Formats: sequence, C-alpha cells, structure tokens
Amino acid sequence: MASFFSSRLFFISLVCVVIAATLPFYVSGYILGLLTVAFYFGVFAMAWDLLFGFAGEVNFGPTFLIGTGAYTAGILNNQFGWSVYLCILLGALASVVAGFVLALPALRVRGPYFGLTTLVAVLMLQNFVVVFADLTGGEIGLTIPDVITINAGANYWIALGFMTVSAAILYGLSQSPVGLVLQASGQDPVQAGALGFNIVKHKLAAFIVSAFFSGLSGALLVFYFGTASVGTVVDVAVGVNVIVSAVLGGRRTVLGAALGAIFLIVAGEFLRPTGELATFIVSAVALLVVLFFPGGFLGAALSREARS
Amino acid sequence: MDQTVTTATLTVRGLTKRFGGLTAVKNLSFDLHPGEILGLIGPNGSGKSTAMKSVMGIERPTAGEVLFEGENVAGLPAHKIARKGFGMVFQHSRPLNRQTVLENIMVALLPDSLFMLFPDKALTERAKWIAERVGLGAVMDRRPPTLPFADLRRLELAKAIARDPKVVLVDEPFAGLTSAEVGTFSALIRSFRDEGRAVMLVDHNVKSVAALVDRVLAMYLGEEITTGRAEDVMKNETVRRVYLGGAIETHARPETSFKDKVPLLQVENVSVHYGKAQALENVSIHVHEGEFVSVVGLNGAGKTTLFNTISGFLPYTGEILRGGQPLRGTGPAKIARSGLVQCPESRELFGEMTVRENLDLGGQHLDDAARAKQLAWLFELFPILKERQGQMAQTLSGGEQQMLAIGRALMMQPQILVLDEPTLGLAPVILELLSKALEKLRQTTKITVLLGEQNVTFALPHADRVYVLEHARIVWEGDPGRFAAEAGKDFL
Repeated sequence: MASFFSSRLFFISLVCVVIAATLPFYVSGYILGLLTVAFYFGVFAMAWDLLFGFAGEVNFGPTFLIGTGAYTAGILNNQFGWSVYLCILLGALASVVAGFVLALPALRVRGPYFGLTTLVAVLMLQNFVVVFADLTGGEIGLTIPDVITINAGANYWIALGFMTVSAAILYGLSQSPVGLVLQASGQDPVQAGALGFNIVKHKLAAFIVSAFFSGLSGALLVFYFGTASVGTVVDVAVGVNVIVSAVLGGRRTVLGAALGAIFLIVAGEFLRPTGELATFIVSAVALLVVLFFPGGFLGAALSREARS
Repeated sequence: MDQTVTTATLTVRGLTKRFGGLTAVKNLSFDLHPGEILGLIGPNGSGKSTAMKSVMGIERPTAGEVLFEGENVAGLPAHKIARKGFGMVFQHSRPLNRQTVLENIMVALLPDSLFMLFPDKALTERAKWIAERVGLGAVMDRRPPTLPFADLRRLELAKAIARDPKVVLVDEPFAGLTSAEVGTFSALIRSFRDEGRAVMLVDHNVKSVAALVDRVLAMYLGEEITTGRAEDVMKNETVRRVYLGGAIETHARPETSFKDKVPLLQVENVSVHYGKAQALENVSIHVHEGEFVSVVGLNGAGKTTLFNTISGFLPYTGEILRGGQPLRGTGPAKIARSGLVQCPESRELFGEMTVRENLDLGGQHLDDAARAKQLAWLFELFPILKERQGQMAQTLSGGEQQMLAIGRALMMQPQILVLDEPTLGLAPVILELLSKALEKLRQTTKITVLLGEQNVTFALPHADRVYVLEHARIVWEGDPGRFAAEAGKDFL
C-alpha cells in the first residue's frame, strides 16, 4: 500500500484530480454539467468493476442497485420531504439491502445464472416503477422537490469529490488483503476454498460494497437532475453503458472504469451534432477496444508494467 | 517408524462418492500417519482425484467418514477443512498475475476475514521464509507471468504449506516437470514428511512415485485393489492385470500389407506448447489407409493433445499431412466434415438431447436414405443404442454414453476415426463389448482407426501397429506382439 503513494499511477491520478478541480474557474457550465454526470457514472462503473474484475461475477444489472438507491432517495424526498442528505443515505442503504437480498441466493447458483438473475432484477424494478406510478412517477418520471445546490460549480465539485473519495476507497479495498482474497476467489474459486477462504462470504461482501456505492451515486445523481426516471437510472441500456465504461477503461483496474465512463459520456456529448450516429460511433469505438485491447485503457498499461 | 503405534492424522473410513448413477469412489478406507507419504495410484478414471477432493471437501462425500485427529470433517466445505490443517497442491495454477510471487504467497496466509484492510508485517516475513523454503527466494518480487513452469509449481507448493498444515494433499506432483525438476520436487515433498506432516499424493502409475512414497494404495474403478510398499504393489497380480492386462492376443497385419504409397495420415515433427509447458515434442506418426493404430501412453503423456492437434484445434509447429496434403490452415469443422472424425475423451455428448437426436446430428450431412442405412448399420453394431433411442443422453450409463459417442462419430461416415480413451472409467464387462465392436469395425469396414489408450489390454488386440507416447515424445513404435517385452514395464 505504501508503494502506491510513490507509484506513477498515484501521481498521475493526483495531477488529474487537481486539474479537474480547477475547471469551474474557466470552463462553461455546460461542460461542468456534462462532467458532473460523467463523474457519477464513473462511480457506477468502478463499483461494477469491483464485482466483475475482482469477484469475477458479471452483474448484468448494475441499474438494479443504482435505480433502487435513486428511487428510494427520490420517493422519500417526494413523499415525506425529508432532508436531502438523509434521503441520500437511506437510498444507499436501500440499495445495500436490495443487493444483499438479490446476491444471497444468486451467488449460490453457478455460471451464467448469476448474471441472468441480476438481469431479471432490473426488469422487475423497471416494471415496479411503471406499475406503481402514483408512488414512483411511472414513465413520466419522479419529480424531486429538493436539490443539493443549483450552483453548477458546486455540483461539479461535489461530484468530483464524491468520485475521488469513492475511487480512493474502492481502489484501496481492491489492493488490500481482502481485495486479494476476493481476486483469488474470482479467479480460482476451488483453490481459494482449499486455501481456507469462504468464497460466498467474500463475494457477498463485495456485492454489498458495490451496492452501497452504486446506490449512493444513484441517489446523488437524482438530486442533481431534480428528477428520477427509468430512462436515466433503471433502463437496461443505462446498465449496458456502465458495463461498457468499465470494460473500456480496463477490467480489474477500478480507476480505469471511471476513465471509461468519463470517455463514454463526454464522447457521446461531443458527437451529438452527428445526431443518431453518435451512439453508433461510441459503440463502435467501444467494440474495437474490447476486441483489440481486451485489457481496456488502463488494463493494457498496467499489464505491460506487470510483464516488465 | 512403526506406524501401528503412532495415531493416524487422517483416518478415512467407507468413503463413497456418487455422481448421479456413477460411483466414482466406493467404500474407500485408509489411514495417513504423521511423517508418512501415501501414494494414491490408479489409472485415469479410477476415482483417485475424486477421493482426494472428497477428503479436502471440494467434493461432498456421499457417505463415509473423514476423521482428522479424531474429528469427522466429512461434509464440511473446503474452506473449513483447510482451516483445520489441510493444504492442497493443485496441478493447474491460476496465480494472481498482477501481484508478485511474494504477494501470492501472502494471500494464502491471510485470515478468512472481511476486515483485514492492511497487510500485517509478520505475514510478509513468513511469506518470505516460505518463498525461500520452496526455492522461490530469487524471484519473490517477480510476477507469475514471467516465471518458468517449474517455479509456478513451486508457488503452488508454497501456497499449500503456507499455513503449516498437518495434512498435505498433492495432485500429480510431477506433471509437466523435467527429470531434474522431479528430483528437486521429490526432495521438497520429502522435507514436508520429515517435518512430521502427513502427505498424500495422487498419481497415475506406481513407478513415477515409487522412490518417494512410503506406502501405495492402488485403486481401480473407485475401489481399493491393494495397499502396501511400492515394490509389493507393483508385483500384485490384480495391479498388473489392471495396467498390463493378462496374456494379450494380437492380430497385427504387417505394415507392408497396406498398399497406399503415401500414408493416409502423416504427423511429422509436431510440437505443441500450452503456455510454458511442452505438451508434444517432435512427434511423428503415420497411419495407412485401413490400418488400426494405437497410441499408448499414460495420462498426461500427450495423447489428447496429439489428437486435438490433428483435429485442428491447436496451433503447432511441424507438419500434418492427410493423403500427402498439408492440413494446416484447415479449420476443425472442415477437417471433421472431410472424414477425419474425433471421438473425444470427454465424449461431449449433447446431454439434454435424446440418443437418436445425437446420432442424427452426426449424420446430419447425409440424405434421408443414406442416414437410415447408416443408422441401421450402427444399431447392428451397438444394439443397445436402438433400445435407448428416445432416452436423454445424460441418463445413459457410462458405457452406453461411450457407445453413443462412438456411434455419433460413425454417423459422420469417417474415413479416419480418432478414438481418444474410450475405456475411461468403464467396467471390464463394457470394455469387452466395446472391444468386440472395434474388432467388427476392423474386420468389416475400411475405416482407418487411430486409438489413444492408457489401457494396454484394450489397445493392443486390434492394433496393427503401436506407438508409445511418454512425456510428450514418441518413445517406442512397433508390432503389438513385441510391446509387452519391450515397452510394457513402464506401464505399472
């Protein structure tokens, strides 16, 4: 761990964060808004990478966790008018509970069934939102009365700070002894078991941590948007974007996932003038990276370092 | 040391493991004492690995007791058994490639806790000590992808003994190692014994571990045949019959009787690597049209690799010629369709399809009339398949599954049929049925057969010519009649 603070990766990350923190002084509110969303997405992708890259489990339903956190926070604020911060915290906790309830049975099934279970969970949540429209706002979306702040710069700093702290915690966790055990469990569960590690316990813990950050980030995002809708925090397509971000940035890197998310959102926005083509171009780039650099942006760099 | 006086560390009584209808381990009992090395020996499919996994808790035993220092641990999950004082050395390793060797060893030392967030200094010291001990001292700070194969195996040893286990289980200790490395590893395993650990090895034949073990338990078809000192076990009649068979009658046709000038299939100087391990080294064989050739070799010798290379699944150096034309660049599907059909060791049946559907898939390229004709011929060869037509393939017994796998391959109307260990895990009575079917194939059809076997009794009677594959190399070629005298002794 001490070696991390002297590593190149830490230095580069630090420089990036410091530069990013100065942006509100000289870029437009439009770009700040874009990056704010991108940073929240970065946390989604990092939380997802903890499961995929380390626990070795493909969670096809990141938006189940994100959506549960987002809607819980939104509904509590909408229905009871509770304080924004309390709602955000409760949103994150709801996501943890939902994640636990989902993962406990899902982790006991083997192979692709874990992924399928998580996918079904998203569809159920989506259905729930549509059916209980009185509570959730249904397909139109849920209006959220309160916001944290309307200042674009402040929102940007909150998102940046949140992403930085999350990255530090998730990355630290992934490099810590428990992270190593998790990685061993993901890579070779039989051997990890024979070394005396309760694999289900470690994967479940990873799922809960992933759920906490997904839910927290989802809740923060809806208070930034001022609204929660299926299209922004629950839809399977949103989940696919999270997954693509993480894979693009580099499996098993945590930090790469955030890079991937920022790339995906910013690139999508800059290509907006191309209209419908934007999604196509971004997807094509993602496909090329996955096909030719399966390690992703950061993965390729790190494995080169590992070989030397 | 007189082992009747010391109490056993591990006492196994009546251990049984069933997978569906298949009994892989049947009523196995043995004792393992501190400071002793026990070899669990048996041919492929005899249940020795399953027995080891059942002891470790990786497989849950169906019945029986596994007493560790008097406490029954049978049925506990592997991680609990490991914490009681068991370590297992796996044959295939998947180390953490982004972590150093030292960090990989440290993982094995960590407690099973969710709150171990900072590495303990004492653990690092202990990991260093273990690395030195197994001979990884010089490469501690390297990452696994940069290490040679033998060092990766050392890393597995290091992980297994990291938490000072009382029982060490070793799966095929010498697989993939050179003879010099075998010496070093033997010394290491002996040092575990000298520290008072109870060591159990699993291997295919007595010979390879004879110098290392104190006692040998020979298994066949899930059951114990005999237990004793290595040299006594090698003299045991049943063991000899299992490995060598009794008197073998051979019916070889001389090679000159095959009229094709260029052999139908030629494998020339083929080498194959799996990562760093060499699986085939300059292997050359040839098969004439209509000939029945057996490739005999122990598990791990490279038979399956050879067949998969011929079938186009693996990259190789050297040349493979079919009727004089190089096969390189032809994909596996095209090779199979052109009449070089493999019936793989693992059978690869479509378990949830019926027997008939499996066969129809094999004969899919035939028109209806030809398929019906082929099917009728096949049902004559394997009458049981006709009875079982409507049954799901996965519900068949092992022997019936093997017949179906061969049948499906035959439905493709092969010119060359490659059979990879058809006898794997089958009872003697089934072997006889298969043997008769093969003889019929040889007598009544022009199909060229390339058979891979470790069961010599099964491989020799039909063979016109025999190759012996050992440690990735062809070490003997000749008439089956001369096999027992010239190459047989290596098969115990």
